[in-house]
Amino acid sequence: RIITLNTRNLEKSAGCGECVCAKKD
Amino acid sequence: MIHQYKLNGYNIVLDVFSGSVHCVDDIAYDIIEMYENNDRDFIVREILKKYGDTEGVNESEINECIDDIETLKREHKLFTEDVYEDKAFDFKNRSTAIKALCLHVSHTCNLNCEYCFAAQGKYNGERAVMSAEVGRQAIDFLIENSEGRRNLEVDFFGGEPLMNFEVVKETVAYARSIEKKFDKNFRFTLTTNGMLIDDEVIEFANRECHNVVLSLDGRKEVHDALRKTVNGKGSYDIIVPKFREFVKRRGGKNYYMRGTFTHNNTDFTNDIFHMLDLGFNELSMEPVVCDPSDSYALTEEDLPVLFEQYEILAKKMIERRRQGKPFTFYHYMLDLSHGPCIYKRIAGCGSGTEYMAVTPWGELYPCHQFVGDPKYSLGDIWKGVTNTQIRDEFKLCNAYARSECKDCWAKLYCSGGCAANAYHATGSVTGTYEYGCKLFKKRIECAVMTKVSEYEDGLEDSHQTCEDCDSCL
Repeated sequence: RIITLNTRNLEKSAGCGECVCAKKD
Repeated sequence: MIHQYKLNGYNIVLDVFSGSVHCVDDIAYDIIEMYENNDRDFIVREILKKYGDTEGVNESEINECIDDIETLKREHKLFTEDVYEDKAFDFKNRSTAIKALCLHVSHTCNLNCEYCFAAQGKYNGERAVMSAEVGRQAIDFLIENSEGRRNLEVDFFGGEPLMNFEVVKETVAYARSIEKKFDKNFRFTLTTNGMLIDDEVIEFANRECHNVVLSLDGRKEVHDALRKTVNGKGSYDIIVPKFREFVKRRGGKNYYMRGTFTHNNTDFTNDIFHMLDLGFNELSMEPVVCDPSDSYALTEEDLPVLFEQYEILAKKMIERRRQGKPFTFYHYMLDLSHGPCIYKRIAGCGSGTEYMAVTPWGELYPCHQFVGDPKYSLGDIWKGVTNTQIRDEFKLCNAYARSECKDCWAKLYCSGGCAANAYHATGSVTGTYEYGCKLFKKRIECAVMTKVSEYEDGLEDSHQTCEDCDSCL
């Protein structure tokens, strides 16, 4: 009944500054 | 924190602090809505009461769904706690590296657009154009203050930047001549009203600019009503053929049409569809931000109409994608799987810290929308940032800076909103421009819905890949 889309994990993402990026993660 | 909504036949649940997006059926939607404030027995009873006659709905099924929700919660994909608030306060010690400049090469314009925030390009001052010397110094300033940042951005802005095209060319040539020496990668952008586009401009921009922003409001009568030449005539017939040629020779990519809609055209999707008819398919359409007393200012009564327009636009995007005729809308370009990190989501655009505007005479401002307000002068490109108090104010201008945003589900999408809009609406860069918030939230709901539709069509992760794009080469 629940489908979860593939999204970037924000907690894991916690900034290189080179950029509403991630490929290495 | 979660946000639940129904749109276009989809039940969508956003988990704010993990960034997760879930598409659920009616039963899961109702269970999630009840989950935090009710025990399991109550939820099972209520769901059976509501859906008991539905095939396949029984106590075991409902318990299985609750188990799935609890698993998602354990995996930090649903009802995730806010673990970022402390990181927001580290921002006062954040790096002062600068990575982007908006060069106001021309404080003059060959159009006289009624709603122009820059007061016909002069920013409430005298007409002025940037010299090549100031352009070169701005490039030197950016390199010297960029620390370890490799990708540097320079926007040519105005007024109308093509009224000072020679300095644009000289500045780009200078940057290109030294970028390898300093191991930098310059990305140039040009924002133009189109009046002075010719073969030379097209060849230059297609060679040097990784993006161009072309100002067009849509239908001829809409565009010409507010975007007039200095002689008071509409500009549509002059610029549209130039824009079409420009985009054609650009290979139809790395550009976007930027329109502004006002109270006079709250049916703005018709302007977007008109641009599609003209052959443009990378589009943006922005709500006018102006004094509420202006005749074309958007009103509270316009909001339901605008919300409906954003929904119409999202549905049209899905329809056209399924027909093999896709187009992009600036605010719906979500990249769920490779989007920005949490630091970027908290910090936002970086105005006043990593992004600044440079006037024709080399003065620094937090962004192009603060130019001309002496209170926000940061310094200049020779001495650097001398008004560190203003820079510190902008360092803390983020998703956690405003008490009004504390319980808002959209804050990690908007980063607290545009500082300039907040300042002009409330007098404080950490205020909230509530009208803009309402529109922003509606756009995010629509944008996520379009991504869910892509998932449904088996196109998840269908974002443009590096193989398709040469923007940052």
